[in-house]
Amino acid sequence: MDRNLKIRKIRELLDAELLCGEDQLDREVYSACSSDMMSDVLAFVKDQAVLLTGLVNPQVMRTAEMMDMHCVVFVRGKNPTPEMVELAQSSGIVVMHSALRMYEACGTLYSAGLNGTKVAAE
Amino acid sequence: MTDAGINFHFDVDGEDFSSAGAASVEVKKNLRQLGFPPDVIRKVAIAMYEGEINMVIHANGGTADVFVLPDEITMVLRDQGPGIADVSLAMQEGFSTARDNIRSLGFGAGMGLPNMKKYTDAMEIETELGKGTKIVMRVKI
Ligand SMILES: Nc1ncnc2c1ncn2[C@@H]1O[C@H](COP(=O)(O)OP(=O)(O)OP(=O)(O)O)[C@@H](O)[C@H]1O
Ligand SMILES: [Mg+2]
Repeated sequence: MDRNLKIRKIRELLDAELLCGEDQLDREVYSACSSDMMSDVLAFVKDQAVLLTGLVNPQVMRTAEMMDMHCVVFVRGKNPTPEMVELAQSSGIVVMHSALRMYEACGTLYSAGLNGTKVAAE
Repeated sequence: MTDAGINFHFDVDGEDFSSAGAASVEVKKNLRQLGFPPDVIRKVAIAMYEGEINMVIHANGGTADVFVLPDEITMVLRDQGPGIADVSLAMQEGFSTARDNIRSLGFGAGMGLPNMKKYTDAMEIETELGKGTKIVMRVKI
C-alpha cells in the first residue's frame, strides 16, 4: 500500500529528534531514498523527497537542495554540525536524527507505506 | 532581464571541501528568484554541482561562470588541475580515479560526468594533461 506521510509522522515513526524545519512538519511526502554516497543520490534519485543517510558533511545538505528534497534524516544517531543545520534551514529542508540504523529506519518507513519510487500525484 | 543577460562568477576553493557545492547552491537560488521553470533549474543545478565537486576533488579548485539568457543558460567551469587523460573513458559510468578518502566523503562513484551530460543539452570538454580542464555546458529553456 502506497501512502503519503507527513514529515511529522516520519519523525514519530523513527523516534527522531528534530534539528530544524519545525514549520514544515505538516508537509506531505510520497517517497524516500537512502544512501551514504551522494554520487548515487545525484545520479539515480528522481523525485524522492526524503533522504536517509549516515554520511555527515555539508554536501549532504547541498545534494538534498540540488535534488529539491524536503527532509534529511541522519541515521545511527549521527549528528550534523550547526553549520550544516544552518545550510538546511536556508534551503527550507527539515533535518532530524534518529538512533535507528539505516536498515531499520528504511524498513520502518517502507512498512508505513512510504514508497521508494512513487512521485507526487498532482 | 536585458538582452545582455545576467552573469555569475565564482572562485571555487580547492582547499576547503566543506565549501564545495556552495556556488551551485547560490546559482540555484538565483535562478529560482529569476523565475525559471523548476525542471530547468534542477538540470542546471545538478550539472553545475557535479562539475563544481569535480573541480574540488580532482583539480584543486577553479572558477565557475554562469551566463543566463532568456532562452539558454551556459555554465563554464575552468581549472588548472591535472587534466583528464582519456575523456571518453572518464565519461563512462562508473569510471573514477577517486580514492577511498573521496569515497568516505560520499563521492567517487564515477557518475558525475555522465550525469552532467545527461542533464544538459550540450557539453564540451577541453583538457590538457598538466594544464587543466575547461567544461562548457548549455541548458536550453
Ligand atoms: N576537473 C577535472 N580535472 C581532472 N580530472 C577530472 C575532472 N573531472 C573529472 N575528472 C576525472 O574523470 C573521472 C570521472 O569523473 P566523474 O565525475 O564521472 O566521477 P567521479 O568524480 O570520480 O565520481 P562521482 O562524480 O560519481 O562522485 C574522475 O574520477 C577523474 O579522474
Ligand atoms: Mg564527479
